[in-house]
Amino acid sequence: MASNTLIEVRVSPAAHLTALMSEASVVQGLTLSEVAFTTQVSVRVAPGSAGYDAVAAATGVGLPEKVGQVAGEASSASVLWLGPDEFLVTAPEDSSLVSTLETALGGNPGQVVDLSANRSVLELSGAKAPLVLRKSCPADLHPRVFGVNQAITTSLANVPVLLWRTGEESWRIMPRASFTEHTVHWLIDAMTEFASDPVD
Amino acid sequence: MMLIDCPHCGPRNENEFSYGGEAHVAYPENPAELTDKEWSRYLFYRGNKKGIFAERWVHAGGCRKWFNALRDTVSYEFLAVYGAGEAQPQIDTLQGGTR
Repeated sequence: MASNTLIEVRVSPAAHLTALMSEASVVQGLTLSEVAFTTQVSVRVAPGSAGYDAVAAATGVGLPEKVGQVAGEASSASVLWLGPDEFLVTAPEDSSLVSTLETALGGNPGQVVDLSANRSVLELSGAKAPLVLRKSCPADLHPRVFGVNQAITTSLANVPVLLWRTGEESWRIMPRASFTEHTVHWLIDAMTEFASDPVD
Repeated sequence: MMLIDCPHCGPRNENEFSYGGEAHVAYPENPAELTDKEWSRYLFYRGNKKGIFAERWVHAGGCRKWFNALRDTVSYEFLAVYGAGEAQPQIDTLQGGTR
């Protein structure tokens, strides 16, 4: 019981915005919500090293090899490519993930750091989600370039985010936790126009 | 908007990048033996070429890696990108520009 005390009182970065986000979810099928308390672990290992092979085996889904790639699916453990030697392992809440990866890396050069509280996870879904994102994301979001289950580091509303297309019409936006409020308000503002019918 | 070809991430918007000044400025072999004048030359003096210039860039809003680029300072056109530490490509052997 005592070990769970912090878990009972913790608050996710967008918890106070839940009502606002559900109000803003539009008839047309645009919804914004938070995926709270995911586990996120930063891994830095150089490709070709022993540590890379060990960590790749420990994640269960390998490590992505180039920009945009994601190993695994958002519903379970998955790994995002952040740089040639930098990865973000994410999973629904999993307290054993950090120690598993740390054990796998062992004494090899590299690092495994628990960054679960570093980024908040927002989920925007609906057919018009790309139109909302395109209002301030400079990256190419065309389906020809940005396929399902791809993720990149870019910016949205002038803050750095990880943008992850988790499904045909669903996108995960991961800003730093302190930018959550700004990002949510910006997204709600950007979604508003889709509440009314288009004017011919 | 200008696109810059990151060697790791491909073409991205210029606002994700930061400029790092002239490339291929070698660190002195024995800094302690330099005179103040030579040291200041190393620290502060850089080329300001009109035309094709080798520069360092960092993809700060993406993979956070440094790389080198050949850029025409007149037209802003990026003629080549190459890895940090690699030799400068010969521009006359390149097949055209990027954009």
